[in-house]
Amino acid sequence: MTVVTCIACPVGCRMGVETADGAVTAVSGHGCKRGVEYARQEAVCPMRIVTAVVRVRGGMPLSVRTASPIPKKDIFACMSAIEGIVVNKPVTMGQILIEDVCGSGVAVIATKAMNE
Amino acid sequence: MTRADLLIIGAGPAGLAAAIAARQAGVKDLLVLEREEASGGILRQCIHNGFGLHRFKEELTGPEYAQRDIDLAADLGIRIQTNAMALSVTRDKVVSFVSRQEGPRQIECGAIILCTGCRERSRGAIGTPGTRCAGVFSAGTAQKFVNLHGFMPGSQVVILGSGDIGLIMARRMTLQGARVLACVEIMPYSSGLNRNIVQCLNDYDIPLYLSHTVTDIRGTSRLNGITISRVDENRRPVPGTEIDFSCDTLLLSVGLIPENELALGAGLNLSAATGGVLVDDRFETEIDGVFSAGNALHVHDLADDVSEEAARAGRAAADYLLRGGQKRQMLSVMDGRGVLGAVPQKIAVPAEEDVRVRFRVDRVYENAYVCAHAQGAVFPRRKHRILTPGEMAQAVLPKQPLSLAEGDIVISIEGEKER
Ligand SMILES: Cc1cc2nc3c(=O)[nH]c(=O)nc-3n(C[C@H](O)[C@H](O)[C@H](O)COP(=O)(O)OP(=O)(O)OC[C@H]3O[C@@H](n4cnc5c(N)ncnc54)[C@H](O)[C@@H]3O)c2cc1C
Ligand code: SF4
Repeated sequence: MTVVTCIACPVGCRMGVETADGAVTAVSGHGCKRGVEYARQEAVCPMRIVTAVVRVRGGMPLSVRTASPIPKKDIFACMSAIEGIVVNKPVTMGQILIEDVCGSGVAVIATKAMNE
Repeated sequence: MTRADLLIIGAGPAGLAAAIAARQAGVKDLLVLEREEASGGILRQCIHNGFGLHRFKEELTGPEYAQRDIDLAADLGIRIQTNAMALSVTRDKVVSFVSRQEGPRQIECGAIILCTGCRERSRGAIGTPGTRCAGVFSAGTAQKFVNLHGFMPGSQVVILGSGDIGLIMARRMTLQGARVLACVEIMPYSSGLNRNIVQCLNDYDIPLYLSHTVTDIRGTSRLNGITISRVDENRRPVPGTEIDFSCDTLLLSVGLIPENELALGAGLNLSAATGGVLVDDRFETEIDGVFSAGNALHVHDLADDVSEEAARAGRAAADYLLRGGQKRQMLSVMDGRGVLGAVPQKIAVPAEEDVRVRFRVDRVYENAYVCAHAQGAVFPRRKHRILTPGEMAQAVLPKQPLSLAEGDIVISIEGEKER
């Protein structure tokens, strides 16, 4: 059984999730329906948005994020990829800096603009 | 001396939302002063996601949230002067400021909105013991170093305080290669969001020590270790419960204090409960035509709430400028059982619209009701599965019963089951 704390509201129910062959068979301890949905995802493949900064040639660091959540297990690989790049100015907000970060199919994008 | 109809001090989410709302309500001559080199306030360094869920129904990072308002302000032709720090505000609404481009200046204003945000409580303010070595930082200062300057303040880290800033920095330092050994909280519960406990501590196996505090700080030039101890119900350390950590960095996330030097200089009184000035339902202070909003008024958890509240202040300032101030009859809003720092502290009757009163609860309540009582009026009460000190609570007072109220309005928490 995996224990998952629900983050959907401040109650923070601690739920038990039973799995068999990677599929959820039972969820317990949830205070409402919303928790069940969250627990199913969280027990099988927890996903997170990763935010960080990248180096900029001749400038202050630039804040970035993954365009959508990536598997939690890939967070540190994603951080290494982000640390490995140096970007040139100018940068626009939302600009793609890494197309597909560590095979997740998700891009890393700039969260602010930086002028020349 | 120059003149402006409306002057807004601070270009964080509060100042930006107030400026946008005032301009949309018809104020043409409007200036925003910001002491930093760019607009956006504290959001510039909050590179994590979790902003805008209420307001934009999407999850943005701090810089992205701020940029939406900065862009809208630019579209509306709002003048924001950066590198310009307000030094004083007088009762007759003369503001002195100093700017890098023009040196000292004075400006006479029709109305002023104070949106100066808050600052962090320091080591001195909480009286931690031990030597005065380097390596002790406030969490927000560390956040600024790491996110804006790309500089790591240390590699072996303990965090004191489990508020959101401390939690966010625990994750940030970990991702950036530091080892975060512990997050230490004096209270028996965390004041941070569940979401941050799960995603900032649990995800990285960082232990959270509840009912613990730092009892020794060691090091000559640089910090080399700390001791934590469990505390009893009176928050006094229990001998024999010491745990030592060797670390080079201690981050303090021990609370925020509204920034109100300007307000004090103008002769405004501060609320002991919020640390902000006293306002009415239009966010007008005790001085006609001077308004306050955002974290300078009371510390918020969500930028979304700050924007909503500041937009109201902006509309009220516009109304004051365009229609002139009106004398209105005021009722006081009082903190009842379980309620701390209800804002606004005064409500005008008859009410023009529904009034939202925001406050914090003094401890965790389960299945409790948020109630409002006043002579002559019956307010609807609202049930909450949970109320925690870490999340700002609210009571919405509908216009209709409000107009019948006579005397003080008391906000309280009732019918709970204690956790
Ligand atoms: C670390 C951290 C994490 C957070 N995480 C979240 C989150 O995940 N989600 C969320 O919704 N909210 C979050 N918040 C809360 C949110 O960011 C704040 O509530 C919001 O930024 C407050 O806005 P403000 O405009 O009142 O203050 P600020 O953003 O602090 O802006 C105040 C501005 O006033 C300027 N100023 C002050 N004094 C003067 C002066 N004398 N002259 C000129 N300018 C002056 C300052 O330079 C600053 O730019 C977080 C806050 C912090 C600190
Ligand atoms: S399961 Fe429901 S009640 Fe429990 S924390 Fe999640 S959303 Fe809240």
